[in-house]
Amino acid sequence: MAKPAAIVGQIILYSAFAAFIGYFATAPTYKQIPDDVALIKLSMSHLGGRECRKRTAEELAKLPPNMRAPLECPRGRSDIKLVLELDGKPMFETVMHPTGLSKDGVSTVYKRFEVKAGDYQISVKMNDNLVNPGFNYVKEAQVTLKPAQVLVIDFNPDKGGLFFQ
Amino acid sequence: MAKWLTGASVTEPPDVILLSSLRGNAQTLFERIENFFDAFFGGTDNPLRHLGALGLYFLWILVATGLYLYTVLDTGIEGVYNSIGYLSREQWYLGGILRSLHRYASDAFVLVMMLHLVREWAYGRYYGFRLYSWVTGVPLIWLAYVSGIGGYWIVWDRMAQFSAIATTELLDWLPFFNGATARNFLAPDTINDRFFTVLVFIHLIVPLLLLLGLWAHVNRISRVDFLPSRRVMLATLISFLALALIRPALSEAPANLALVATDLPLDWFILFIHPLADITSPAAVWTLVFGATILLFALPFLPHPKAQPIAVVDAANCNGCSRCHADCPYEAITMTIHPDKPGHKIAVVDPDLCASCGICAGACPSSTPFRSQEKLVTGIDMPQQPVDVMRQQLEAQLAKLGGATKLVVFGCDQGVDVRGLAAADTAAISLICTGMLPPSFIEYALRSGVDGIVVTGCREGGCDFRLGMEWTQERLAHQREPHLRNLVPQDRLRLVYASRSEGEQLAAMVKEFKTQLATRLVTSNRPPAYSRRKIHHG
Ligand code: HEM
Ligand code: SF4
Ligand code: SF4
Repeated sequence: MAKPAAIVGQIILYSAFAAFIGYFATAPTYKQIPDDVALIKLSMSHLGGRECRKRTAEELAKLPPNMRAPLECPRGRSDIKLVLELDGKPMFETVMHPTGLSKDGVSTVYKRFEVKAGDYQISVKMNDNLVNPGFNYVKEAQVTLKPAQVLVIDFNPDKGGLFFQ
Repeated sequence: MAKWLTGASVTEPPDVILLSSLRGNAQTLFERIENFFDAFFGGTDNPLRHLGALGLYFLWILVATGLYLYTVLDTGIEGVYNSIGYLSREQWYLGGILRSLHRYASDAFVLVMMLHLVREWAYGRYYGFRLYSWVTGVPLIWLAYVSGIGGYWIVWDRMAQFSAIATTELLDWLPFFNGATARNFLAPDTINDRFFTVLVFIHLIVPLLLLLGLWAHVNRISRVDFLPSRRVMLATLISFLALALIRPALSEAPANLALVATDLPLDWFILFIHPLADITSPAAVWTLVFGATILLFALPFLPHPKAQPIAVVDAANCNGCSRCHADCPYEAITMTIHPDKPGHKIAVVDPDLCASCGICAGACPSSTPFRSQEKLVTGIDMPQQPVDVMRQQLEAQLAKLGGATKLVVFGCDQGVDVRGLAAADTAAISLICTGMLPPSFIEYALRSGVDGIVVTGCREGGCDFRLGMEWTQERLAHQREPHLRNLVPQDRLRLVYASRSEGEQLAAMVKEFKTQLATRLVTSNRPPAYSRRKIHHG
């Protein structure tokens, strides 16, 4: 049978084990962002445009009848250019590349920006077919960001292109 | 080169030498702490000596409590949070406690798993014949962490939200994921009910794989330490129950993807990887994770001492008794039909499994020094230290012994180096493992005129070959074949458990035993004298 000193020792060591587990199971508290900060998440997944060419009459005639499509479209998709401005100052600019070996997949971007809570003028511009100059999608808005708020900037053609959420 | 390095062999590259000296220090540290714990727990109840078994036990707690949690789980996006919250609020006395047990057992599980890993490494138990155990251990870490992180997601509270986003942001850094998984957690309407069905499925399948992996992990060893002692099981369970009552596991507020989940009471055992990614980068975390995995897999393949010769069976001296088969700690021996003796079996050693421990030689009834042949050939033997050489060593040392009180110390190469104890009145013989000692050698030494015998080996859980000391103790206590004959008085025998670093303690015990023998505190008579009649074969 164990000696009393050994039993006391065991109780102390098991309590230390329980305390260690119990403490680090919930502490110390983790603060991912400071108290007065909000998050802007820029995230999109979009298929870039394609540059299609009209086939000439001679070209069409050479093709087998079942393959005489009037347009010849390459598989590859265009890069997508994206610019994000905060209060008129550039904050982020990128060119997204299509995924896939044949460059025929979606282009994606996912970026987090920590900003102080407050009022901002946000502007996003996008060009999804770089054969054309300028930006074919633009979204601007005045927003008020509360502490810990997440503002998502996304793109969805069904929701009218670029949108904030 | 630093002074403490110069002892190592010069043919090895410096980083290998550094690693092995680091390992040596870690081993000494483990031994010290384990010996300290022994003072309170004793070997059988010392949790540090049974970390693998403790891990398995925690896993069974996880399985049992997890099954109950599943029965109440509603896998809809609204239901999931409420069904788990219900347990903690309305059913705290049962569901709530089981939930807390599930959480604390999982934390303890990863802790014990990592300790087990470091300990096996520290004791140098990761290469050679243990390569299989080691390599099958590594994937278990991944499975354990995937299960643990996934478990936190199921609750779908702010913690789950935090972990899900942080994990997918990490995954998106990998080329395979193309940067789109984190989009699933952008806004409340991007998640659907199916997500939880898939999640629950993952949290079932991965733990199942973990169990399967564990089966493979212990597949090559015999008499696996499957469960810790009852006292350890009870004490750890009580610890978890106390935690469950003092700090019940509760949900955070429901997930809300429109707000950052910050100020979280993080589970640092399982979710530590997220803060790590925040203060470094996904690239750094993946480098660390893959780097550590590759390092662990590669470790056994670095230069290590060459493997020792394996056990060899001698057909003429094997009568098929199966004792070696019963005692081999690594399931390396199988019994088949004897080629020369009709109706008998013979032991066969699997070279892939044999650990070269010699325990089988200690188990064989043919390993008795009383046999008259000039060259003692036993049924199963170790080429690097055959039983015949053991007898020669013993006889040579006995012939030289002088003094009033003569002693023989048997020890093992893995534990305290007993050769330093040799003196004018003390013979000292070191074996590959103490489990290699046939008990008949003790009787033989006493009947050759020795007054006392000390047998020493590693403390419980410290035996390099797992079962050496257990079998020795049972053989000497007449509980296991081959047993020490009754003729040998137990008071002329000392079985001393000592870890590698306890040379001084062992020396003190030997000295004390000698004094006891000299002052006639030992009252028994020596067994009748015996002198081997030597037969010389041509
Ligand atoms: C998932 C948690 C784990 C559990 C529950 C577990 C359990 C066990 C058990 C029960 C044993 C047998 C002990 C015995 O009977 O002597 C064992 C042996 C072993 N484990 Fe693990 N293990 C785990 C993870 C690991 C990991 C991650 C590694 C290292 C990469 C590892 C390395 C080893 C080695 C090398 C042995 C062989 C010891 C020997 O042959 O002397 N284990 N483990
Ligand atoms: S030397 Fe050890 S591992 Fe090999 S067969 Fe004998 S008992 Fe088994
Ligand atoms: S213990 Fe010896 S005699 Fe018995 S099976 Fe093994 S080798 Fe043969």
